[in-house]
Amino acid sequence: MASCSIEDVLAKAERDEAEKRKGITVNKDLDLEFDPGHLLAFDKNRIDNRELKDIKREDFLHSLARDNTQLLINEIWKLPTERIEEVIVAKLPDPTTLLPRQKPAPKPKPPTKWEQFAKLKGIQKKKKTNLVWDEVHKEWRRRWGYKRAKDDTKEWLIEVPENADPNENQFAKRNKAKKERVARNEYNRLKNIARAQKIKVPGMGLAPTPQQSKAELAQAVNIAKISTASVGKFQDNLPKEKTPKNTGKKRKFQPLIGDFSSEKQKQLDLLKVMDSKKPRLNVTKAVNKQMREEDMESRQKNKKGFGKKGRKGNMSAEAGYKSPGGDDREEGAFLALRCEAQAHSSPNLLAPEDLVQAL
Amino acid sequence: MTHSGGIVKPKTKRSKRFLQSREPKLIEGLKTSMIIKGGNTSETVSQALKDVYALKKPNAVLYKKKNMVRPFEDSTALEFFSKKTDCSLFLFGSHNKKRPNNLVFGRMFDFHVLDMFELGIEKFVSLRDVKKDKCPEGTKPLLVFAGELFETDREHQRLRNLLTDFFCGPRVSAVRLAGLEHVLHFTAVEGKIYMRSYKVLLKKSGCRTPRIELENMGPSFDFVMRRSHMASDDLYKTAHRQPKGVKPKKKKNISHDTFGTKFGRLHMQKQNLDKLQTRKMKGLKKRRGEDTAETPAAKAPRTDE
Repeated sequence: MASCSIEDVLAKAERDEAEKRKGITVNKDLDLEFDPGHLLAFDKNRIDNRELKDIKREDFLHSLARDNTQLLINEIWKLPTERIEEVIVAKLPDPTTLLPRQKPAPKPKPPTKWEQFAKLKGIQKKKKTNLVWDEVHKEWRRRWGYKRAKDDTKEWLIEVPENADPNENQFAKRNKAKKERVARNEYNRLKNIARAQKIKVPGMGLAPTPQQSKAELAQAVNIAKISTASVGKFQDNLPKEKTPKNTGKKRKFQPLIGDFSSEKQKQLDLLKVMDSKKPRLNVTKAVNKQMREEDMESRQKNKKGFGKKGRKGNMSAEAGYKSPGGDDREEGAFLALRCEAQAHSSPNLLAPEDLVQAL
Repeated sequence: MTHSGGIVKPKTKRSKRFLQSREPKLIEGLKTSMIIKGGNTSETVSQALKDVYALKKPNAVLYKKKNMVRPFEDSTALEFFSKKTDCSLFLFGSHNKKRPNNLVFGRMFDFHVLDMFELGIEKFVSLRDVKKDKCPEGTKPLLVFAGELFETDREHQRLRNLLTDFFCGPRVSAVRLAGLEHVLHFTAVEGKIYMRSYKVLLKKSGCRTPRIELENMGPSFDFVMRRSHMASDDLYKTAHRQPKGVKPKKKKNISHDTFGTKFGRLHMQKQNLDKLQTRKMKGLKKRRGEDTAETPAAKAPRTDE
C-alpha cells in the first residue's frame, strides 16, 4: 500500500514537472548545435519547401524562429549565473566557432642595444618620480621635457672655466652640445629600429625619411649617379631621364686677360649707368613681383585648407593686384628695404636684370 | 604612420593612443564594419544599408557618398577605405540592371579581402515599415541559423561564418539575462536565405527558464545567393593562427573527478625498499663488538616495535 502511494507521489511529481516544462519544451528531430559564447544556435533539421509557400512563409519562419530561440534560451539558462549589483548575469564560456583575426599576430620586438646591455649587467628599471623640486625656481618641475628642473641651456650666467678660450661663446657651446646629443639619440633610435627590422642603415648622411619629396629623390638620384670613379661621366641615362643642365659652376667669371674690346665696352657702360639720374630699380615691377609671390604662397596655403576660403583669398588678391605700388601699404616700405638690401649685397650690378629699366 | 615603422614618433599622447589602438593585438576586440554605397543605388538598397547600419550602430561607419567600386573586379578601393578607418568588415550595396538590389558582405584580413559574398535582395521590409517597439541599439543579438544547407554546402558554411562574424557584436564574458532582447534568424533553403529579426519577449513559465514569445521587429530580407569569393585554404588558416600568448597553458598532471575532487600525479624513480631511509633509533644501532648470541635477543624487541 505504502509503495503504491510512493509510486503515485513520484508519478504525480513527474507529471507536474512535465506540465511546468510544457511551455518551454520543443520537439526537434535533430538536436541543435549551440555556441553560447557567441549566443549562437544552429539547426540542422530539414526544412520542407512546401511550408515556404508565399502565404504561409512568414508564419512558418516565425514559429521556426520561436522554437529555435526557445532552445537557445534554455541552453543559456543552464549556464552558471552570478549577481552583480542587483543584476543577474550569466557567465558565458569561450566561443567555439573560430572566427578569423583582423590582423596577423604581433611579433615580439627584438631588444634594443640598451635593453641587451641591461639584461647582461642585471640592471633593473628604477621607478622615478615625475616631478623634481627645483631649488632655483622654488617649485616642482618636470624631471625632463619642457621647463624641466635642471636645464643647463637655460642658465643666464655661466662661469668660464680656467682652461677655456676666453673668446668662446659658452652659451653657444652648450646649445651645440645639446643639439649633438639630440641628433645622436635620434640616430641610435633609428639604428635600433633598423636592427629590429633587419634593414641596413647608411653610415652617415642619407637617413631614412618616411616621405621624400620629388626634389629630394632627384637629388639622391643625381648624387648616386656622380658617385663613380669618373664622376658620372660614363653613366648612361635611363630611358626617359634628362640630364640636368645647370650643374657645375653657377657663376661664370670672365678670364683676367680676355677680349680687351669687350672689357672696355663693359667698363664704359658701367660708367654710363652710374652717371644716369634714373633709379636702377623699377619700383612698380618690384612691388608687382612681391605681390605675385605672396599670392602664390597664400594660394598654396589655402589649397591645403578650405576650398572656399582659398577662392576668397584669390579674389582679394586679384583686387589688390589692380592697384600697383602707389598705395601706402606696408609692403611698399618693406619692398624698398628689401631692394636696398639686394642692391647692397650684389656687387655685380648686372644681376637683377629684369628690374633694370631700359637704358 | 605605422607603415614608417616607428620612424615618425607621435608628438602628442592622443596620437600615440590612436596609433596604439590600430596596432595588431594579442587578443582582438570587436570588428568594426564599413557600409558603402556603389555607383548607382536603388531606394531598397539605400534603405537596406541604413537598416544594417542601425543594427550595428556604434561599431559601423556609413559612407554617405557614392563610390564607383566593383568589389569583385578591383578591391583596392575597399582595402584603402579599410586601412583609413581600420574596419575589417564591409557591406557594399549597388544596383544595376544585371544585378538588381545587390549587397556584398565581406571581411578583410590584414587589410586584404578574405571573403566576399554577393546577395541579391528579393524582398525587403525596412525598420520603418514595421511599427513595433525596437530594442536599444548595441544589444548583442542571439543568432540562429536554420537549414541543413548551412552544414553541407561549403559556400553556405563560409557564409554562415561570415554572417556570424558580421552580426555577433563584441565579445563578452557575461551577459545580462534580462537583456537578451534581439534575435536574428537565418534560414537557408535552395539557394535562398531568409533573414528575420525578432524582439524576444520572456514570458513566465512554470519553471526558472522563461517561455519565449517573438515579435517581428526589425528589417527582414529575402536574399538570393549570387557570386562569391572565398579565401584559399591556407590564407584562411593563417587568418586563424593565434599568437602564443593567447592559449592558456595546460597544467599537466592535474585532473578533476566528476565529484570535483582534484587529483595530482607525482612521478618517482624506482626505490630500493631495503635501503629505505626510516626513523633512526640510536639505541638499536648494531655495535661492532657484540656477539652473534646477543643479536637474536636484540632482534626480538625490534620486531615488537
